[in-house]
Amino acid sequence: MYAKKFSFTLVSVLLLAAFVLAACGPAAVTEVPAATAAPAATEVPAATEAPAATEAPVVAPSKVEVFSWWTGGGEAAGLDAMIKVFQAQYPDIEFSNAAVAGGAGTNARAVLATRLQAGDPPDSWQGHAGQELIGTYVAANQLQPLNDLYKAEGWLAVMPETLIPLISQNGNIYSVPVNIHRANVMWYNPELLADNNITVPTTIDEWFTAMDTLKAAGVTPLAMGEQWTAMHLFETVMLGTLGAEKYNGLWDGSVAWDGPEAKQGIENYKKALTYVNSDASSLTWQDAAQLVVNGDAAFNVMGDWAEGYFRELGKTPNTDYGWAPVPGTVGVFQFLSDSFVLPVGAPNADGATAWLKVAGSKAGQEAFNPVKGSICARTDCDPALFGVYLQSAMADWSSNVVVGSLTHGVVANDSWKTDINTALGLFLADQNVETFQAALVTACKASGPCK
Amino acid sequence: MNLFQSRVPFRFQWRYLLLLPLLFMTAFYLIPMYLMIVTGFKAFDEVSLKTIWQLPSSIAFDNYIEAYAKLTPYLWNSINMVVPAAIISSILGSVNGFVLARWKFRGADVIFPLILFGMFIPYQSILIPLVEFMRSINMYGGLPGLVLAHVIYGIPITTLTFRNYYATIPKELIEAARIDGADLLKTYFYILLPLSIPSFVVVLIWQFTSAWNDFLFAVVLTNPDAWPITVALNNMAGSQIIAWNVQMAGSLLAALPTLLVYIFLGRYFLRGLMAGALKG
Amino acid sequence: MPKIKNRDTLISIALVMPSIVAVGIFVYGFILWSLRVSLSQWKGLLPDYTWVGLKNYFELFADPRFHIDIRNTVIFTVVFVGGSLVLGLFMAILLDQNLPGESFFRNIFLFPMAISFIVTGVVWRWLMNPATGSRISGFNQLFHSLGLDFLINRWHTTPTWGIAAIALAAIWQMSGYTMAMYLGGLRGISDDLREAARVDGASEWQIYRHIIFPLISPITLSAMIILGHISLKVFDLIVAIAGKQLPLDVPAIYMWQVTFDGYFFGKGAAISILLLLVVSVLVIPYIYYNLKNEADV
Repeated sequence: MYAKKFSFTLVSVLLLAAFVLAACGPAAVTEVPAATAAPAATEVPAATEAPAATEAPVVAPSKVEVFSWWTGGGEAAGLDAMIKVFQAQYPDIEFSNAAVAGGAGTNARAVLATRLQAGDPPDSWQGHAGQELIGTYVAANQLQPLNDLYKAEGWLAVMPETLIPLISQNGNIYSVPVNIHRANVMWYNPELLADNNITVPTTIDEWFTAMDTLKAAGVTPLAMGEQWTAMHLFETVMLGTLGAEKYNGLWDGSVAWDGPEAKQGIENYKKALTYVNSDASSLTWQDAAQLVVNGDAAFNVMGDWAEGYFRELGKTPNTDYGWAPVPGTVGVFQFLSDSFVLPVGAPNADGATAWLKVAGSKAGQEAFNPVKGSICARTDCDPALFGVYLQSAMADWSSNVVVGSLTHGVVANDSWKTDINTALGLFLADQNVETFQAALVTACKASGPCK
Repeated sequence: MNLFQSRVPFRFQWRYLLLLPLLFMTAFYLIPMYLMIVTGFKAFDEVSLKTIWQLPSSIAFDNYIEAYAKLTPYLWNSINMVVPAAIISSILGSVNGFVLARWKFRGADVIFPLILFGMFIPYQSILIPLVEFMRSINMYGGLPGLVLAHVIYGIPITTLTFRNYYATIPKELIEAARIDGADLLKTYFYILLPLSIPSFVVVLIWQFTSAWNDFLFAVVLTNPDAWPITVALNNMAGSQIIAWNVQMAGSLLAALPTLLVYIFLGRYFLRGLMAGALKG
Repeated sequence: MPKIKNRDTLISIALVMPSIVAVGIFVYGFILWSLRVSLSQWKGLLPDYTWVGLKNYFELFADPRFHIDIRNTVIFTVVFVGGSLVLGLFMAILLDQNLPGESFFRNIFLFPMAISFIVTGVVWRWLMNPATGSRISGFNQLFHSLGLDFLINRWHTTPTWGIAAIALAAIWQMSGYTMAMYLGGLRGISDDLREAARVDGASEWQIYRHIIFPLISPITLSAMIILGHISLKVFDLIVAIAGKQLPLDVPAIYMWQVTFDGYFFGKGAAISILLLLVVSVLVIPYIYYNLKNEADV
């Protein structure tokens, strides 16, 4: 059936093209129909809209449009699973999935920004929990606080205590986190470490010593990719050097970016960069992570979506790859989370609230996360649903100190993060610690809490 | 038809040596194509920088089937958008080009650069007023608005191409027609239009390709119901893990209609050759 | 030009009027909007038109990132436009010789244009992988196996000039179109003209130099402008090859990041206005020069 439709399509393209060309041919008289054909052609979209809109809305009593960037692979499958839960619980509400993909949501964010500007907000949308949402949407009074919903649904009891302040502003909670990813994971190749008699490092100094050994043995110690993965490494090394409390201080303005602690962190980062593969800037995070499982590099620092990737490559946990917190961050869980919001003036506020209830529920999160390859934001999900890595992450999530990720929108608002990104890009090129610190101070003053 | 031998007598056998640089160029153009095709057949775990040159271990059409299933629902949107957009903007360009190249009125020399300048506007920076304006004229969300955007932002490039093509046509031809009493429209229909086939080919190729491959306007101006194929293609990638094998297969499928248009329109270059004989 | 009848003038104006109105709104209206935003402190989701004068512009002039952007744009434009013109003209002349397989070659050269930048970017990223030793890949691996080791290089990770490698990928994608434009022009030149020159004893080179090249120079102008507008706005291709990284940054990427990643609309608008200013400084005199020359012919 598809084949038929497709060939018909091709034939019609050719016919239309032929028609145009014939119309533009030497016989001048035929040009006139071509000119009038134009308005006729514009009507075609209207005429064929019916086949395009297969899920034609039949003016349902209630509906909800949910905007996300989950369009591919496990994310899309997870979203579909959660939509099924939603439809089972709210059969009267029609669900409209307005997902737009593109590099960690950058296209989606542009689309969302234009829609909000034009006064056409979706009923609920996805955003990274934390300052990315707060700094942008709460600051613009676009979001409603969800404290009552949290109380009614009993979520405060099942989500880690240290998480709540990170997704709140002035005591108000503004989003419902669906999943949790961990940013401070160091992936390693067990065979390479064993061959070089290296035990998994737990402090930054051990890590550097291990990487010196590897370098001397001719092994690439640390795999890294394009610039955002360099920022990811930056935030984890800062956390490893400063510890959770001082790391948080960087983001609330109590620890100075030009102070000695920050300087030590940046120096460590600079040193870590000397162990990195020479082609880093030409690799995606996938390419870089693959270096570890292929035995071309010993370590890689990447969020735990890398684990989903390793599985899709057919690799076995603990044999082909191992994991540990980034050295210096043992006992700390640096998280990022996809969450959903309730906009002020949502066209279908009831539908949006219903969606949020599902997104925060045990059933919803248990449907979504095993498929997506992340853990629940709730601490009461059934571990049996998850693989061996995610089980360990779940244990850490409920017991560790929780801090937020920079690269993935938790600790800094968008403008601040953009400024840091620019400063980091310049640092990668010139490696000048003082200039970098100065630029970070400026960034914190321009867009962060620093005075 | 013996078109191939009409220009230079066949005796110059050595000119076939010119095929050598062409074959070399062909290799340059085909190497990336090779990678796309080979990767499109690979399984996900075979896609690795180390083995990009290797053939897939088995020829499986899974990726194509997956991509095909995800793309076809949006195919009609693309066609319904691209065909009118390409045709209307080509016609507008031809008319504008003709007037601006051949029928000077006061201000014509100012209007041309002003229209041309529109090409350089960075589209990313005008998305917000564009969406607001489209909403205000009730053209937001569907295909007509997208067609309108492609037509309007296509005007500079089509006008430029036709204007500069018409500028190469000898003045004597037009003046002869004028002496014969032809007015503006007649001159256009009888003299210039028949000579414009190569230009129409070039402009249609451009407009078809750029509207077909456009992602930015499509994603901000249309609702999911009206998404063209590029948005669907982009949506095949997740935000974190990207299956390049399926992406390659999908983009080759999405490129097929454009390729067919090229092959089809390419024949008209030969028509242009015949039309050229009219001049001089 | 002979005197023009009033009726013809009216018809001409009527014919171009719809385009002028449309371009007036969609181009100039929106440029004015951008200009106004660029003079404001709008940062964040809510519009904020508070006047700040040229503050955003001054910040950009002092911004080291913007300096990199300008340098990269210049290198990219020169390599890309120059390369595509030379290659396109070369291929068009070869194809104009009525060689066997013309349509085959023509379609091969055009095909890259049919594929979206996002995917060609990935393929070029693989091809231009700079790794050496056991992880050698892409072109470098090809050179190595052909014994052409001296050609092995770091491609787009070369300091300062890396952007030229990106231009190579863009040339691959767009030179086919330049070829088609030139071929269209060459096909429009009558055989009689060439024959007449041959009878007069002109060599093939002289025919090209003195007859054909001057005749197709308006097409070169079109091609330059079309290629130039692509190179000033290049975005997808760079992001697909190298992500968003400073050594390969261009104004379009900076603007995108500032506007949609950072929601600093004022600064984003200032970047686009500056881009437009650069364009007008470069393009408008050139267009006027050409228009004047045409009028003199």
